[in-house]
Amino acid sequence: MNVLRLPRQDVILFAVFAIVVLTMPIWLTPFGAAYPGLMQKFAIFAIFAVGFNILFGLTGYLSFGHAAFLGVGSYTAVWSFKLFTMDAIPALIFAVLMSGVFALGIGFVSLRRSGIYFAILTLAFAQMSYNLAYSVLTPITNGETALQLTNNDPRVIDMMFMERTAGLPSPSIFGQPLGGIGGFYLCAVLLLVAFFIAQKVFASPFGMMLRAIKSNQTRMSYTGFNTRPYALTAFVISGMYAGLAGGLLAVTDPLAGAERMEWTASGEVVLMTILGGVGTLVGPVIGAWLIKYLENIFSAFNEGMLHATFSWLPDGVEDIVVAVTSKFVGEGWHLTLGLVFVLIVVFLPGGIMEGVRRIRSAVANRRDNRRTRFSTSAAE
Amino acid sequence: MQYSNNTVLHVADVHKRFAGLHALADIDLEVEEGKTHAIIGPNGAGKSTLLNVIVGRLAPSSGAVVFDGQVLTGKKPHEINQMGVARVFQTPEIFPDLSVLQNVMTPAFAKRDGAFRIRMLNPLANEAALREEAEEALADVGMIERRHLHAASLSRGDKRRLELAMCLIQKPRLLLLDEPTAGMSRHDTNTTIELLKKIKSRGMTKVIIEHDMHVVFSLADKISVLAGGRIIAEGAPDAVRGDPRVQEAYLGGAH
Repeated sequence: MNVLRLPRQDVILFAVFAIVVLTMPIWLTPFGAAYPGLMQKFAIFAIFAVGFNILFGLTGYLSFGHAAFLGVGSYTAVWSFKLFTMDAIPALIFAVLMSGVFALGIGFVSLRRSGIYFAILTLAFAQMSYNLAYSVLTPITNGETALQLTNNDPRVIDMMFMERTAGLPSPSIFGQPLGGIGGFYLCAVLLLVAFFIAQKVFASPFGMMLRAIKSNQTRMSYTGFNTRPYALTAFVISGMYAGLAGGLLAVTDPLAGAERMEWTASGEVVLMTILGGVGTLVGPVIGAWLIKYLENIFSAFNEGMLHATFSWLPDGVEDIVVAVTSKFVGEGWHLTLGLVFVLIVVFLPGGIMEGVRRIRSAVANRRDNRRTRFSTSAAE
Repeated sequence: MQYSNNTVLHVADVHKRFAGLHALADIDLEVEEGKTHAIIGPNGAGKSTLLNVIVGRLAPSSGAVVFDGQVLTGKKPHEINQMGVARVFQTPEIFPDLSVLQNVMTPAFAKRDGAFRIRMLNPLANEAALREEAEEALADVGMIERRHLHAASLSRGDKRRLELAMCLIQKPRLLLLDEPTAGMSRHDTNTTIELLKKIKSRGMTKVIIEHDMHVVFSLADKISVLAGGRIIAEGAPDAVRGDPRVQEAYLGGAH
């Protein structure tokens, strides 16, 4: 079937990726990260970054407003819980469709410009959504309190099959509750689907058109292509990925707040993609995992823990070291993130994937050198 | 307006004024099917302006450009290409981030699938027919052994040959060449001329803007001489070469 067909090296990549994702609970244990809440985030933000990369990595259009679609996805999913059913599947479908509609509208306007003007337009739309969610749209978004489930929600479909219970319901799939590890596996499977679709885009003629748009838009139009609908399609696809990620955030924790749409959230996915490697398939996933992992570690540190870590230092020195390092942890962990980001962009502009490539070619070179040395000594 | 039967491109009474400058005045040009029509003239004569008016990059202040009975004025570049007009730029416009082969496959997709069509189900690797077509086009310009290179790594002359292959694979009815040998070494210029001579016999109509007299006189069937935004002479190469007005305005008696 053509729908499932991929070149061989992509099939291998997918198989390895699937094993890595599905065995997360095992290999993350030594890192102390194998608990469901964090692994769910790993999968969700990987989806977000993979989708963002379809736009930024392939077409080169840098959107600074993708968190808007994340927020739209979350709100839509929570509304689906409130109005229809606690089942995750309709919630996710609505989330993807609704964010696709938003992406179509925002993309249609923003793609009339390129470069920095495009970035500013998307940023403006996202901030507009954020502010609207806090002000005039409070009947829909519940403003600062965030949109939550209540006992009085209609849930029309659920009510046809069951009685209202005393406690708040929680999201489920086919009647199975989605707590903890179950929630992770839902996110993981959807990450695999999302990754597979990204592979299809990368390997297809459509993907080549998007790369060509990034490479030379003038040549593209003089070659007979109407470039705007291509870019718009990429924009909508990546918006739908963001909506799926937002929907999953609501599925794993049925609550949606406007802070999810703030510009810092849009900036985070840009960082993830650049950190991992723009335009590569695996890079954005690695970037997302690294940032969420570092956030988890560094934001949990506090001064007491720092004192314990540096207790082997002489007293005066310990206080100074703790005073300095404490600025980089807890609330200040963004300072660490900023430093890591600066180092990566300066020394590895292609992100972690470029580092991997450099190491690989260095190893290959050394092996070749050794082989030629052997062959010359054998000739002597 | 009287059209001769085989006119494929007609630039009719075109004027182009920029603030205070009459860049093109009363340009009337008929390009015949299958012929190579050269437009020459000193720097600032309006050659590039004229070409940009033809491809729709600039709108004329008055007048119209008619290709194959259809008015080009006001159409977008991709629409003009889809009608069968391909363009070679003064500085080669290629896709530097793609491989040489992909550079040539891309216009083949535009020719086959039109201005917009999403093909996502079948991987690029399965497009065997288009790949073969692209390989033929590359062999045609003598670049088949470079097909897996990154286009950015090519020399200027090779980029020009690649750009020509990208235009030729679309089998355009009209090929516009904007100083195809500008900034090239003598060697690259000669290989480009050889290539253009080779494709001359294929019956494709060409409009060529050129500085290099060697190129013009070895290729053109008809020459229009532009000076100060006006056509001052027009005719077969030998007639134009001997025209005293042209010598004065452009050749400076050197030939």
